[in-house]
Amino acid sequence: MGFAGLAVGAAMAGLRPICEFMTFNFSMQAIDQVVNSAGKTLYMSAGSVHVPVVFRGPNGASAGVAAQHSQCFAAWYGHCPGLKVLSPWNSLDSKGLLKAAIRDDDPVVFLENELMYGVPFDMPEEAQSPDFLLPIGKAHVERTGQHITVVAHSRVVGFCLEAATALAKEGIDCEVINLRSIRPLDMATVEQSVMKTNHLITVEGGWPLFGVGAEICASIMEGPAFDYLDAPATRVTGVDIPMPYARNLEEISGPQVKDIIMAARRMLTGREESRATA
Amino acid sequence: MFLPGRPLARRALRLLRNLGARSFADFASEATFDIKPCLLHGLESAPPISASMSREDGLLYYKQMQTIRRMELKADQLYKQKVIRGFCHLYDGQEACGVGIENAIKPTDHLITAYRVHGIAYMRGIPVKSILSELTGRQGGCAKGKGGSMHMYGQNFYGGNGIVGAQVPLGAGVAFAQKYQGFDSLCVAMYGDGAANQGQIFEAFNMSYLWSLPCLFVCENNQYGMGTAVERASANIDYYQRGDYIPGIKVDGMDVLCVREATKFAADYIRSGKGPMLMELETYRYHGHSMSDPGISYRTREEIKEVRSKSDPISLLRDRLVGSGLSSVEELKEIDVEVRREIEEASQFATSDPEPPLSDLTTHIYQTGLNSRIRGITPWQQLAAA
Repeated sequence: MGFAGLAVGAAMAGLRPICEFMTFNFSMQAIDQVVNSAGKTLYMSAGSVHVPVVFRGPNGASAGVAAQHSQCFAAWYGHCPGLKVLSPWNSLDSKGLLKAAIRDDDPVVFLENELMYGVPFDMPEEAQSPDFLLPIGKAHVERTGQHITVVAHSRVVGFCLEAATALAKEGIDCEVINLRSIRPLDMATVEQSVMKTNHLITVEGGWPLFGVGAEICASIMEGPAFDYLDAPATRVTGVDIPMPYARNLEEISGPQVKDIIMAARRMLTGREESRATA
Repeated sequence: MFLPGRPLARRALRLLRNLGARSFADFASEATFDIKPCLLHGLESAPPISASMSREDGLLYYKQMQTIRRMELKADQLYKQKVIRGFCHLYDGQEACGVGIENAIKPTDHLITAYRVHGIAYMRGIPVKSILSELTGRQGGCAKGKGGSMHMYGQNFYGGNGIVGAQVPLGAGVAFAQKYQGFDSLCVAMYGDGAANQGQIFEAFNMSYLWSLPCLFVCENNQYGMGTAVERASANIDYYQRGDYIPGIKVDGMDVLCVREATKFAADYIRSGKGPMLMELETYRYHGHSMSDPGISYRTREEIKEVRSKSDPISLLRDRLVGSGLSSVEELKEIDVEVRREIEEASQFATSDPEPPLSDLTTHIYQTGLNSRIRGITPWQQLAAA
């Protein structure tokens, strides 16, 4: 509460602070400063007080850190007008989106992932520039496909790509969308994809109720893509429980590659098992 | 809207010069008054025990306090007429605090407070007209009607904050920004006795002391946190000592000169780079916590009457001005009339100005605008953001 408020005050007074939460679980104590002091002030002041602050830190499940240190806050912060909420997956996202967040004049919640910090990715030439930016509010199609749209954010984007590779062997061609931005949410990219593939799965590490996937499915129902669905949209999420510690329980608490494969296969073929193993 | 300098002071001085010109020779130009010594915590030196006041300043303080008083009473009236809705926390009784502080700091200093903000907003340069029309939710309000009673902002003035205590770390952050940029300015971070037990205030104390931030923490102790008397709320009611390692002073918050001298003392200390200070202003509010609180279920009418007759900040100043020959009863009455007229004019504006246009619903969500639409009440209402 103290240092989050201090960062917001410094932003109001002309600096561009970056406030780091060791994990976003601790931001729950400071959430009033993020939502009320940072998020709403531009509106309440009718545009006269700007808050160019970035809140960053690891979000969601890690490994063996148990219930109080594993919560995903994408839905909590994504719910609130006035904030921008970003969720990078790879190194390109992390660099481009963080720079964009810092240069942005609005309060940005930057949800990183601890287990991704150590994962290397190739960076193209243009991404080496100190001015490399990615647009806030735009999703990115990581893999194009014809049969099913798989939408995800953060670490599980990698799982979706792995699942797509496996599914390709069964003749199922996935289009994988990396949201990158939770708020604003790029529904236009998702809708465009669904109108092509006619099938939708959302994948997230967070809890199912009132989550990112819930929002995407509701939006699809309300938008032009609904008439293109050949099956109800499905959410693949973390289990609706506090995170357990024991490794065997933790392993089945969140979406794995096999869960994504099974969901896509079931949606398109009616079968949970691959033809090859049936 | 946020004018440089002190426009209210300039207007007041013009008025005073006009008044003064008629009988200038009859009045003293300056006088010195004994003021109550402050209680000290962690300090070797103290604010002075006497204060001098020029005729000009005296009339200025009088007009400022009277303006706040009448503005708040007008807000009371408008609230009862249901022209003002929602929250309305009034400052009458506490005028010496706001007026004393502002007259001891510079316009380039920064200030943040909680929700009992109307009087402070006025002192920070927001015209009465803009304050009242913000309360009535009109487009002429200082936040164009989008903020309301608790969310008024101005030049070097950060509100107006609704969540108890949240403004204190914000104030420490503003102070941080001054030091970071090498400025000479400080931030006054105000809170009440009710907020004084908030954890985040102690977090702000800690960081301010560790990093020597130019922050003046001010506890306006008006004896009651909503309906809870200080003795029932706090294990330690010596709020000026609660900063522990932060030096503190306890000040008579009903005496504008006491507040002014103490604030000057604190500001000098802070500007010399010695770090933060805590100032407790012992004051009183005549109204309840807000307009929803009659204010007599947890204190007696006799108590309120007694404060009014013995310690009213405006009466105190009036007695000093007349007693020392700086002014006269008649001259002060003329200022009263002028203030009443000004408030009435502002009130007329506040009740006749139109409400904000419907398109303002979706403005000022983001500073760096995006092309995305804002979802309305139903999916068929996709509103344009601006």
